[in-house]
Amino acid sequence: MDIAIIVGLDIISGIASLLLISAGLAVIFGMMKIINLAHGEFLMLGAYTTVLSVSAGINIWIAMLVISPIVVGLIGVIVERCLIQFLYGRLVDTMLATWGLSLVIVGTTTMIFGNTIVGVASPLGGFKVGQYQSSLYTPFLAVMAVLLMVLIWVVMRFTRAGLIARAVMQNPDMAATLGVNPAKVYMATFGAGAAISGLAGGLLAPVAGIVPTMGAAYIAKAFITVVGGGTSILWGLITASGLFGFINQIAAFLTTPVYGEVILFIAAVVLIRLLPMGISGKFFKGRL
Amino acid sequence: MILEVNDLRSGYGRIPILMGVTLNVTEGEFLGILGHNGMGKTTLMNTLMGHLPTTGGTVRFAGQDITKLKSHQRSRTGLGLVPQGRQIFADLTVYENLRMGMAGQSAEDTEFMDDILSLFPRLQRLLERRGGALSGGEQQLLALARCLCARPKLMLLDEPTEGIQPSILDEIVETLLVLRTRGLSLILVEQNLDFIAALSSRILTIQKGAIAGEMSPQDLQNPEIVSKFVGMTAD
Repeated sequence: MDIAIIVGLDIISGIASLLLISAGLAVIFGMMKIINLAHGEFLMLGAYTTVLSVSAGINIWIAMLVISPIVVGLIGVIVERCLIQFLYGRLVDTMLATWGLSLVIVGTTTMIFGNTIVGVASPLGGFKVGQYQSSLYTPFLAVMAVLLMVLIWVVMRFTRAGLIARAVMQNPDMAATLGVNPAKVYMATFGAGAAISGLAGGLLAPVAGIVPTMGAAYIAKAFITVVGGGTSILWGLITASGLFGFINQIAAFLTTPVYGEVILFIAAVVLIRLLPMGISGKFFKGRL
Repeated sequence: MILEVNDLRSGYGRIPILMGVTLNVTEGEFLGILGHNGMGKTTLMNTLMGHLPTTGGTVRFAGQDITKLKSHQRSRTGLGLVPQGRQIFADLTVYENLRMGMAGQSAEDTEFMDDILSLFPRLQRLLERRGGALSGGEQQLLALARCLCARPKLMLLDEPTEGIQPSILDEIVETLLVLRTRGLSLILVEQNLDFIAALSSRILTIQKGAIAGEMSPQDLQNPEIVSKFVGMTAD
């Protein structure tokens, strides 16, 4: 029974991690059809922001939940204004540009902080399930993932900004005809996606080894989750994270964590082969 | 004069379509533009709205030179477009589509939206339905209502009869005639002679990207005149 609870917690943790690390990418890809290859570096910048803020004496909760998303969101806005806005509608060029950007960010971060692992202590203690020990930070991450999904849903579904964003996503020319400036919406969307990535990076800071190259560890998983989920931002993200997180953790439990990752990627390849438009392209067409 | 278009030139890439269009619209006027497919009618609408770059000439609207303005800026000056094919936001509900009509304004005015909806009783019971689930006629009504929510002074209406059942065409004519009494100006691009005759006080014909002539609605009853200008015949 104890082992079942622990495995259940691992599955929840796996799903929550995928939701958190993929949400920013899903917003940018789903809304703007831009493949941001610097997404992992946005996560890394969020983690570093938390570490630096805590080192400066700022409360870790404020660092993770407020400062990291704001800092990375602002970086996202600058990147959109200086780079991305010139490349809309040019998918390959955008991929190349964001890949170059990721190299610049990794190089600059390495130059400033060195290639050594830094970190922050987990702000929450542990708890025991029978003979097994687990961290309270695991259910906390799950709660944060759920809250993030609810927040995205509420903003997109019930606010004027969310309505305008959905309209621009569907038909930017028609939205412009009605007085909306699509360029501003794209800028805000890219900034919001970056801010979500910064939040995820901040939240992962206490459980991840933080180095300038840490983004590479997340980018592949984030991509298969977003591509597997399809263009529906929320339903695609939730279903793909649920499926891949479950497969990853069960496979890791039955074999080893390394095989768990291998089986996850095989599952993703099979899914995309069977559903080229992703899960939401088949089952949640037109949904948020 | 609410709109003054002088020697307007435009096209797609290096392919010129408009070869120097000159026209004027007075306040409250309903101007019809008649022409065959491929003569530049939709290009003219899209150029006036700012979707296509102007390669020559000028456009003055409500006393302001808007030649270099982008489409969202033109919308905010009071220019509205109901495009060919309607371009409803298919995944938004009817109510959300109407709210998008007010997206260029600082706040949503629900009273004004109710006023617009009173002109379109058919839409009132469809407010929660997805735009993509409406019939072609219902979508056309929604496109009109959405454009009106943006409070246009001049509406550009591009082929509204395309694929629409006759009962809804009558509704559209009635609604537009009510709007004329409220001071709306209109440029109507059409191939349906009865529809354009029922609404327009003056009709320009367009051929090969330029204005070829001017007719009165009564002239459309004369097959010889129609044939001379546009090669069409009244049913």
